[in-house]
Amino acid sequence: MTVPVTWYLLLAAALFAIGTAGVLTRRNGITIFLSIELMLNAVNLSFVAYSRLLDQLTGQLVVFFVLAVAAAEAAVGLALFIAIYRHRRTIDINRMNLMRW
Amino acid sequence: MLDWLWLIPLIPLASAAVTGLLGPRAPKAAVTTVAVGGPGLALLLALGSLWEYAAIAPEPVTRTLYAWTAGTIEIPVAFLLDPLSAVMLFVVTFVGFWIHVYSVGYMGHEPAPYEHSYQRFFAYLNLFMAAMLLLILGNNFLVSFVGWEGVGLCSYLLIGFYFQNDDRVPPQAGRKAFIVNRIGDFAFLVGMLTLFSVFGTLEYLEIFDAHNAAHVAAFGEPYALGLTLASFVALCLFIGATGKSAQIPLYVWLPDAMAGPTPVSALIHAATMVTAGVYIVVRTNLIFQLAGGVSMLVACIGAATALFAATMALTQTDLKKVLAYSTVSQLGYMFLAAGVGAYTAAIFHLFTHAFFKALLFLGAGSVIHALGGEQDIRKMGGLRKYLPVTWVTFWIGSAALAGLPLFSGFFSKDEILAGAWAHGHWFLWGIGALTALLTAFYSFRLLGLTFHGGFRGTKQEREHLHESPAVMTVPLGILAVGALGAGYLGIPKVLSFGAELNRFHHWLEPVVAHLSGHEAVAHLAVRTEWLLMGATTFLALLGAAIPGIFFSHALPRFQPDYRGTALDDGFAYFLPKVYTVLYFKYWVDEVYDKLIVRPLRRLAEFFWKFVDGIVIEGAIRVGTFLTELAGDFGRFSTTGNVRDYLLYLFLGIIILFWWVFV
Repeated sequence: MTVPVTWYLLLAAALFAIGTAGVLTRRNGITIFLSIELMLNAVNLSFVAYSRLLDQLTGQLVVFFVLAVAAAEAAVGLALFIAIYRHRRTIDINRMNLMRW
Repeated sequence: MLDWLWLIPLIPLASAAVTGLLGPRAPKAAVTTVAVGGPGLALLLALGSLWEYAAIAPEPVTRTLYAWTAGTIEIPVAFLLDPLSAVMLFVVTFVGFWIHVYSVGYMGHEPAPYEHSYQRFFAYLNLFMAAMLLLILGNNFLVSFVGWEGVGLCSYLLIGFYFQNDDRVPPQAGRKAFIVNRIGDFAFLVGMLTLFSVFGTLEYLEIFDAHNAAHVAAFGEPYALGLTLASFVALCLFIGATGKSAQIPLYVWLPDAMAGPTPVSALIHAATMVTAGVYIVVRTNLIFQLAGGVSMLVACIGAATALFAATMALTQTDLKKVLAYSTVSQLGYMFLAAGVGAYTAAIFHLFTHAFFKALLFLGAGSVIHALGGEQDIRKMGGLRKYLPVTWVTFWIGSAALAGLPLFSGFFSKDEILAGAWAHGHWFLWGIGALTALLTAFYSFRLLGLTFHGGFRGTKQEREHLHESPAVMTVPLGILAVGALGAGYLGIPKVLSFGAELNRFHHWLEPVVAHLSGHEAVAHLAVRTEWLLMGATTFLALLGAAIPGIFFSHALPRFQPDYRGTALDDGFAYFLPKVYTVLYFKYWVDEVYDKLIVRPLRRLAEFFWKFVDGIVIEGAIRVGTFLTELAGDFGRFSTTGNVRDYLLYLFLGIIILFWWVFV
């Protein structure tokens, strides 16, 4: 029995929603990062599913790009958080409120 | 050389630009070279063109410089040389050039704070020449209108030339001239646009083609305000002319314009600019002939202005003011002539007047120069000993203005009055003749007060008295020759002894439209003409004799220095009320001030303080207040918290998706 593509997409949507909720609700910067990774992978999953459905390799190709960018982004993001931590001794996102009037 | 017609206005324009860019610290010699050279070159070109044109006259010559296009409207920048613009061209370039030469001497040593204004003066003066030449050479209304506005601008600039004076009079006079002219300009514009809307063109020769039956018929159609097209346009153009040519009710700016330097008065307010109105009326004489009622109005306004201004000139004590009112009065004569249909006589008087009035103003300038700025004729007198050249030339100018026989003014004034009589307007003839009497009176009163009797100024001033340098006296001499001789171009029939010597009339005749049913040339019986001439000559001589007696030795009991003022004192003693009314110039300025200026000022203040200050400003304040309020609330959304911003981002994406896909 083959798994219908709808299931993959539903799973991807669920992962994306969980990731979004994580980004919006978590206070810890690292956790937010993880949530972002979750969202990215949700997107990857839907890419792969569509690739299979449409019998095209382009979707899988894009996934590799997304993975590469995600890795780079994680590296930069972690570096930023380390820098912030050194300055402020915390990575609590609620206490980073300098971007205001 | 006719192909270079466009250069004639362009050269003074270029020299104006160069002079203006030289800056106030430029050496005077450089300024003089450029600023006098430009008009000089224009004069040479004009003379060359006229020489060539004389061979092919009266056929009009048109030269198109380029097509000046705006959208679908095509109006060429084109120049027209016909007998009328040829006369104007000669007057403007010739008189203009000599006034430039004169100004080199007159404006050479201005006291502080104008010691560096030499270059500014000449830049304006050259610009004026360019504008005036554009006005008279344009072959359509629009080109002329550019010049028309240009002379208005230069007039403003030059009247307000001494804008740093403590009394603030010159800038005010400049503004007055500009605003009063603007009233006329508005009417002129309406007339011009009406013609364009009806005919789709602005070219003089095309619109005012008497042979074009369709046009003549179109002019007869009812147009607006219960007037025919011809009457409506003629009225508009005439209102424009009253502004520029200082006629009732818009003459008030001209006497005030004497606040400018004297050569300006000579050039702009006597010889050229103020003649623009007369020029435009004669240029469009076809519609004035078709609009009998408006022509009658023109004649009546002209006659009224002539008389009214002449009476005001009787008692003025400012040398230049007397001449200013006499200019208004003489312009009235020109309109009288144009109104009764004697168009060539109007231009003839314009021609002679340009010479003798420029001469008189320059003579006045020479006197003022010698007296170190004094303009009150009560403090002059006896100057003939100190300024002989000025005296002789001023004498010639006064005689021409008074219309004494053999001087130029006599011929032109006689032609106007004969024209008025010939067209059946004996009443207007009467006013003209009376004005001739008054003119002779005030011109000889002026002459006597200034040059005869004894000197009434201070001892210090007497020691300072000196004849002007050659750069000023030579133009005086040349213009005096013109004031003497210009009249001989138009010798009336009775004095021609069988030959036809009225060359001026013949030269201009082709410009006057000939309509069937309108007799443009009226003929007088020889005996009537002699009689009329005799009557006006008698009146002129009488007018000249009254002040003449005072300054001759016929009244030995007066002290020499008292003679001039005795004339005024006698007038004031025997006719105190009349004298007062005239002395205060009928309080016209005061009446205008009360009836027009102050209500307007109050209206402006209402608009300024209430409409602008409260209504408009208030509306803007409310707007800014609301914006500020919205901002005060809106800024709570910018918490500075990254997660809030992310939330907005997601919400935005959701809304966007909703909007795009659902």
